[in-house]
Amino acid sequence: MTTADRRLTAEPARALAAPRPTKPGPDRAGRGGRRTARSGRRRRRTVALLYLLPALLPYTLFSVLPLLHTAYLSFFDWDGVTLPSFVGLDNYGRIGSDPQLRAAAWHAGALILFFSVLPICVGLVAAALVSRRAGRRGTGLVRTVLFLPQVIPLVAVGILWRWVYAEDGILNQALRAVGLGGLADAWLGSFTWALPAVGLIGTWVVSGLCMVLFLSGTQRIDQEIYEAARMDGAGPVREFWSITVPLLRPEFAVALSITVIAALSSFDLIYITTGGGPGNSTVVPGILIYRLAFGGGAVGVASALAIVLTAVISVAVLVINRLSREAP
Amino acid sequence: MTTLTSTAAPARAVAGRLAAPIVLVLFIAAVLVPFASLLLAALQPAGAPLTGFALPDGLHFENFSRAWSAAGFGTLLRSSVLIAVCVVPAAVVCATLAGYALATLDVPGRGRLYAYLLLGLSIPTEGTIIPLYYDLRAVGLTNTVPGLALAEIGAFMPFGVFWMRAHFATMPRSLIEAARLDGASSWATLWRILLPSSRPAVTTLGVLYFVWSWNQFLLPLILIQDPSRRTAPAGLGFFTGQFGVDVPLLAAATLIVIAPVVLVYLFFQRHFISGVLSGALKG
Repeated sequence: MTTADRRLTAEPARALAAPRPTKPGPDRAGRGGRRTARSGRRRRRTVALLYLLPALLPYTLFSVLPLLHTAYLSFFDWDGVTLPSFVGLDNYGRIGSDPQLRAAAWHAGALILFFSVLPICVGLVAAALVSRRAGRRGTGLVRTVLFLPQVIPLVAVGILWRWVYAEDGILNQALRAVGLGGLADAWLGSFTWALPAVGLIGTWVVSGLCMVLFLSGTQRIDQEIYEAARMDGAGPVREFWSITVPLLRPEFAVALSITVIAALSSFDLIYITTGGGPGNSTVVPGILIYRLAFGGGAVGVASALAIVLTAVISVAVLVINRLSREAP
Repeated sequence: MTTLTSTAAPARAVAGRLAAPIVLVLFIAAVLVPFASLLLAALQPAGAPLTGFALPDGLHFENFSRAWSAAGFGTLLRSSVLIAVCVVPAAVVCATLAGYALATLDVPGRGRLYAYLLLGLSIPTEGTIIPLYYDLRAVGLTNTVPGLALAEIGAFMPFGVFWMRAHFATMPRSLIEAARLDGASSWATLWRILLPSSRPAVTTLGVLYFVWSWNQFLLPLILIQDPSRRTAPAGLGFFTGQFGVDVPLLAAATLIVIAPVVLVYLFFQRHFISGVLSGALKG
């Protein structure tokens, strides 16, 4: 097809495709033109699909089909070696009854507190304090440093904090320095403290991100709104609750979906710091899926757990996006 | 009474002015102090009794050379680079083509295909890792670069398509129409008209993909069982389990593993931050 051809056939295709009153009289050239236009449109739609293929193929083969396969495996009792046997929904029933699996669900919920709620509160307050009086100087450097925990692998974050929490690490050292040496503990080895200790690592990773996110949000808010509020006698606290928080809705949505996904699907950090221990005091779904499928010979139960986890994450993301779109 | 209020008011003003710098310094210190502690540990002589914050009696860089050669982190770094070199360009090209098609071309079932791709944003690695291991093993792709690379590309596609589609949707419609009227094919429109002004969006995606690929842990942990082909973070994970007590060596190895990704970040930080702020997090 020459360029001239294409110009003739392709451009008016949309006009031709739309139904229009047929003129009386057989018009061979017109019909032929319509036919070329139709085949031209079909050809262009095929080409458009070809553009999508390189993305659809790996995504389907290495994400969607494996997920469906996980769902399939969740109906079987399988040790990964011998023949699997069909057990229906038994694996899902076990998730509800097994105390270890229930503990994992509970810990994932607790991690949302540390990965989402706490960082969002810290980030919000910090952003409000900084934005009220901040000049813009130095914010570039601040951003660079605050994003550092986002960049390095969580395995490295875990090693960093193992050392902070170690018996001779800086946390205990600081406690001893201020005369609170009696409180010093092997934090990650303690049944009481391991979960909050791991959770606070998550808080450390995302607090800076939340603060920068909210800070860029407050810069979007029109300063005149604040001035009007101040003229009406609103103090900083009132200003925060009545203007800043409601207008930061899109930023809340981004912060929540990032951090909730990170909390629910956490694996790397726990694997490195505690491995789920001591006992089962820090097991999360990710750790259990790993243990059951690749060490425990319970591929079916692990698959059921993986499906439940994926469903919970999808619902959470959906709810967060819905909430963020509704009018305040 | 009057003196009290007259001193309280300026005091409050000073507190208000100091709040911002104090908060910022606290945040920065909270980020940097753990790093400083790790760096100091890496410089300690091997086998010395350690505490979290102690100046070493000299700079013992031998921990780094021990980690690089004896502990094999040089090799681990090389396989991580190899994976990233396979994953990043391929994934960026695939995402760009798909984003372009979804934003500007007449794709049949466009809405449904886009929704299908976006579903992937909420699939955690845990949801796919079990069959990935058994299926890739069945076709001989475990312990190979292509196996891991393809799994990563598949997992990275949803965000990339979302990102590039959003980018192409912001480009002026008239530009695309004019190109078509001039007889440019869809291919030429993409390469000659749209891509030259898309450098920032493409770079951001590339940087995010590099960081995700480098930091990926669960996929290489399961899909690469051969110790000589592990990626750096996976190797670090195993190393922690075996040599967790040799803190200076472990600290040096950790710094070696994070150095490349931190360098890329420092170089492209604007791109990385803008990507993350728009909701990019994976792995």
